[in-house]
Amino acid sequence: MGKKLLLANAHVPGIRSYEVYRREGGYRSVEKAFKMSPADIVEEVKKSGLRGRGGAGFPTGLKWSFIAKPEGVPRHLVVNADESEPGTFKDRYLMEFIPHYLIEGMIVSSFALGSNVSYIYIRGEYAWITDILEEAIAEAKQNGFLGKNILGTGFDCEIYVQRGAGAYICGEETALIESLEGKRGNPRIKPPFPAVKGVWERPTVVNNVETIAAVVPIINDGGEEYAKIGIGKSTGTKLISACGNINKPGVYEIDMTISVEEFIFSDEYCGGIPNGKRLKACIPGGSSVPILPANLLLTTAKGEKRMMNYESLADGGFATGTMMGSGGFIVLDEDQCVVKHTMTLARFYHHESCGQCSPCREGTGWMERILKKIDSGKGEMKDIDLLWDIQRKIEGNTICPLGDAAAWPVAAAIRHFRDEFEWHVLNPNACLLRNYGLAHYADPVHVPASA
Amino acid sequence: MLKFSDEKLAEVEKIIQRYPQGKQKSALLPVLHLAQEEFGGWLDVPVMDYVATLLSIEPIEVYEVASFYSMYNLKPVGKYMFEVCQTGPCMLNGSDNIIDYIKEKLNIKVGETTADGMFTLKAVECLGACGYAPMMQLGKHYREHLTKEKVDAIIEECRAKAN
Ligand SMILES: Cc1cc2nc3c(=O)[nH]c(=O)nc-3n(C[C@H](O)[C@H](O)[C@H](O)COP(=O)(O)O)c2cc1C
Ligand code: SF4
Ligand code: FES
Repeated sequence: MGKKLLLANAHVPGIRSYEVYRREGGYRSVEKAFKMSPADIVEEVKKSGLRGRGGAGFPTGLKWSFIAKPEGVPRHLVVNADESEPGTFKDRYLMEFIPHYLIEGMIVSSFALGSNVSYIYIRGEYAWITDILEEAIAEAKQNGFLGKNILGTGFDCEIYVQRGAGAYICGEETALIESLEGKRGNPRIKPPFPAVKGVWERPTVVNNVETIAAVVPIINDGGEEYAKIGIGKSTGTKLISACGNINKPGVYEIDMTISVEEFIFSDEYCGGIPNGKRLKACIPGGSSVPILPANLLLTTAKGEKRMMNYESLADGGFATGTMMGSGGFIVLDEDQCVVKHTMTLARFYHHESCGQCSPCREGTGWMERILKKIDSGKGEMKDIDLLWDIQRKIEGNTICPLGDAAAWPVAAAIRHFRDEFEWHVLNPNACLLRNYGLAHYADPVHVPASA
Repeated sequence: MLKFSDEKLAEVEKIIQRYPQGKQKSALLPVLHLAQEEFGGWLDVPVMDYVATLLSIEPIEVYEVASFYSMYNLKPVGKYMFEVCQTGPCMLNGSDNIIDYIKEKLNIKVGETTADGMFTLKAVECLGACGYAPMMQLGKHYREHLTKEKVDAIIEECRAKAN
């Protein structure tokens, strides 16, 4: 059993309520943090090696140290609960079942950053979770952890929940800020960075839900203790939301020392693939990261076991590796069609492009149309090359990383499954009836839960 | 005259208090959600103009936001909206079959509303429930692990509620 921090008490009955949460040791980190200076807290977070859990993996302590502190200008912490990357549903789990964990982390982080008014920007569809969070905030306030002069320290803090209204792009931090200002979610050109000019031109830190929650154990146990969990630069624990063709989809907290194979096949985690099917491919970090065929997923090109951490997943670069991303782990069994799956992702990115830059606006539409054409048996060989060409022209040529996020899945699908695309072109009728199986299958391996 | 109830107006006032003085435009998304709930499930132009007046902003600022976000309906919709996710992870678990089944059962296409104004079917993109696929959003809540039987039951449930 790996170490659990965020989900250690997830199964305690009633943990959603303040009373039970507090009884189980909740809000200790706030009491401890108030005995420290804000700078000390930032220092602990730096020592912990915590990396942003929203997808980019940027060191959190470092990000916090960038926040500008002009005299007389308020600063804000904004928690990114937009969670819209296909395959990702971990923040939802945390907020739905243990909302006080996030609120606790926010109070400590707000104190460290000097934010007296902090916001949670949550995707609009999570309407019932908004209610859960507002209830938790009210409870924290009744018990003196929010509001004016918290625990007699003189520190004031309010937390408000802002609902989005259906737009993946609002997960990008500058689009999120625009949206919080009541505008369309069009990403801003950087610089200036939010740490200097964020919401209402005030210095702003935007962090993922899981990142802010991780501040709780970091303060409770100390940054050094936290850094002992995991391996190398992958410190602490990570929430993985697992879905697709697995026996036990759900949200798992892992310490980053287990192998991908164990994660998929052991009963402690995904429990293997249903109906005795073989593993075909996997997108381990949310829809934007490269898909890998089973052989490269379980073993790196160097022949080492691939592990569930930032470095190992990225080993081999985009040629033979992938990324940890947001931890949205999508598994495809042998019956699944990579062309069709990639088409749904291209459709997603086309739908979600904000339309500001032509390579993204036009390119995502082209990719969707061509993939639909190939998927429906009307493709030509030259379409595959055209698709490759289009994704290359998008990557790196846009205001925000959504363009890259749209290009990468298409690039990786062609890179690793080009024969499957070609088979669709050569077998226009058969491809409508059944999927084409590739030779990279991994046979099911039983990994005992104790492994 | 189109107007929120006093209770809703108080709610709008409370929302505006969350932001710094003069930044009441930040309340636009939450207030549009309220308006859509209050005024028939969609945002007609007079509704948007009313919201603009409430927040002291230009109507165009409301229109451009309302047309950007997928949760705001700019056309009338049925009393119950089935928003079925069609993105990759849900597709791997059979969302296409669920969409086809609803189409057949209600005799409408994706994007259409039944003649009695009861149901609208929408195919939407990932809603953050990928591990509980296939799924749909119905009002404020998600319906997960959908099967044909569950769809039948949901349709019955809606019909019963409407009567
Ligand atoms: C298109 C796009 C969508 C994103 N969506 C999310 C999201 O839903 N949640 C999130 O935390 N970060 C998302 N991000 C990353 C944020 O821009 C930002 O890096 C992150 O919130 C920073 O928090 P962290 O350092 O704690 O990870 C997205 C980025 C892009 C480019
Ligand atoms: S890359 Fe796409 S989503 Fe990002 S700003 Fe440009 S058009 Fe908008
Ligand atoms: S893909 Fe359907 S909820 Fe995520």
